[in-house]
Amino acid sequence: MLGLDKNDTKLLLIVICLTMATPILLQPFAEGSGMAQFNAGYPDLMQRFAIFGIFAIGFNILFGLTGYLSFGHAAFLGVGSYSTVWMFKLLSMNVLPGLILAVILSGLFALLIGYISLRRSGIYFSILTLAFAQMSFNIAYSVLTPLTNGETGLQVYASDPQYLMDETSLTSTHFFGLAMSASQKVLFLGREFTFNFGYYFCAVIAIAAFYLSLRIFRSPFGLMLRAIKTNQTRLNYTGINTRPYALAAFVISGMYAGLAGGLLASMDPLAGAERMQWTESGTVVLMTILGGAGTLMGPVLGAGFIKYFENIFSKINENVLHQWFSWMPDGLEDAVVWVLHFFVGKGWSLTLGGLFMLVVIFLPGGLVEGGQRIAALLRRMRNKSDGKSAGDKPGTTPTAAE
Amino acid sequence: MGILEVRNVSKRFGGLKALDDVNLTIEEGTVHAIIGPNGAGKSTLLNCFVGKLIPDAGTVMFNGHSLLGQKPHKINQLGVSRVFQTPEIFSGLSVFENVIIPCFAKRDGSFRLHAIETVANEVDMVEKAEQMLIDVNMQDKRHMNAASLSRGDKRRLEMAMCLAQDPRLLLLDEPTAGMARADTNNTIDLLKQIQDSRNITMVIIEHDMHVVFSLAERITVLAQGTPIAEDIPANIKGHPKVQEAYLGGAHSGA
Repeated sequence: MLGLDKNDTKLLLIVICLTMATPILLQPFAEGSGMAQFNAGYPDLMQRFAIFGIFAIGFNILFGLTGYLSFGHAAFLGVGSYSTVWMFKLLSMNVLPGLILAVILSGLFALLIGYISLRRSGIYFSILTLAFAQMSFNIAYSVLTPLTNGETGLQVYASDPQYLMDETSLTSTHFFGLAMSASQKVLFLGREFTFNFGYYFCAVIAIAAFYLSLRIFRSPFGLMLRAIKTNQTRLNYTGINTRPYALAAFVISGMYAGLAGGLLASMDPLAGAERMQWTESGTVVLMTILGGAGTLMGPVLGAGFIKYFENIFSKINENVLHQWFSWMPDGLEDAVVWVLHFFVGKGWSLTLGGLFMLVVIFLPGGLVEGGQRIAALLRRMRNKSDGKSAGDKPGTTPTAAE
Repeated sequence: MGILEVRNVSKRFGGLKALDDVNLTIEEGTVHAIIGPNGAGKSTLLNCFVGKLIPDAGTVMFNGHSLLGQKPHKINQLGVSRVFQTPEIFSGLSVFENVIIPCFAKRDGSFRLHAIETVANEVDMVEKAEQMLIDVNMQDKRHMNAASLSRGDKRRLEMAMCLAQDPRLLLLDEPTAGMARADTNNTIDLLKQIQDSRNITMVIIEHDMHVVFSLAERITVLAQGTPIAEDIPANIKGHPKVQEAYLGGAHSGA
């Protein structure tokens, strides 16, 4: 189907089903129960899952396939956001022109930065991209204030021209009249599910982005990118000019980042320079490595994981901890809460950092490798219970398929 | 005129004269070995053929094109393939993927953005790659990760990768370096088989006299950056200058 083989079609269908069912899957705990704060099925967070999923999928095309580690991808995220908000200011609140401009401008910007940065490889490439992104961030704060509105951030004002607006147009962001904020709440078995149009809009684009990356992974172009990662010398002596291949990967991943930036602005019509800062570039690197660089699903998993931590673990404060451990004797309760409070609330990044270290040390292939190991273990256990020897079945080798 | 013409090539590294006015003609369809003691300039000469080094003086013409100052990928696209001293393969990829990459490079040139087609659907390329693996007798290893191959198999794979491009000139830099005798003999057989079935021009740089005399139709002997003799193998063995510079002593029995 759609030019994919049987396994890839299955993978795509699973991704579609999971994405469509996210508002239900992320709301497993009943409202008012002690676990309710682990529910993640609210629109704002789900939109972020989809948007940062797109960002990480795009980043993986560069880093996962070619091995070129860019520390400047947040610049494209910022360019995407600014372009989209400008379209809101000049035309109307319809997100389509903004998203198109975001992809085009971030692509052009990536072409420029990539053309220069790809003259070097390894750490020098990373430093060059980092320098460019920090330059963009500082310029957005200072000399480009007329374009970016500096520290305040770019936003839509009533005085903006908005040439395509008329009396009937929506004043919030929309897609041909369907408002991004439109939500339908459904109560079922004590759980409140929110079906938000903005999320589904991002989700459909994320699925398209995933499908495109799947096609790139399986294409001769994707094969050349993987060859760049393993041996550039041989590739050169095989008649391949590696630079345009790496540049194409850089531009494609820049466009993905621009699209993600545009979507961020489409969900909340505001663009600030901090979106271009290096911490944001670092986050996408973490997402990709945590999930599994070079795998199809890894970056999406990583993005979901980090956004979940950032939004859910950060909400757990000492009061909540005391509630959880109130059954303990007082002294012990205080001690446990004292230890744990470092890891939740404002300390969520400590938990994430620890987790990241564990993954890098024990699962260099990321969460995807963890999943594969569990699957292999289950298969061995099943084989044993069937009375077969474990050696009968060929072992799983991690490939780009997983 | 030969397929590869080297005229008055000199190369210095600081005070060291690595190549001194080298003239060499490689005839199309022959297996030509370049031998010489360590430091004679063999590898320097080879690197001048593939664009890795630019000579200080002289010309290198391949099939009417100057190779001087050309990028390695351009030289390869002209029809020159190279086998390295340590096999250069795509270690992270499968054996099959290793062989299909040069097939694409041959068909599509140095760059093509074919990002939507699927590799598996490129039937012609898949068949060609499969055939190459059969030719080097590695079809049963097609799904293996290239990194896990033995040294001898890596060499076979690298040959298959070069041959997949139907090169006009194949450069081999010590193809049997570091190999056990059995692997060396297998490599000799493979090269003989390639020579018989494809009639590719080959330039071999080699230390192992067993390999040189098993394969070469013509031999050039380099010493201190200058060719001191060039002839058919039978005459090289008895050449007094060569005996003095290279084959004397322990090597003469080879």
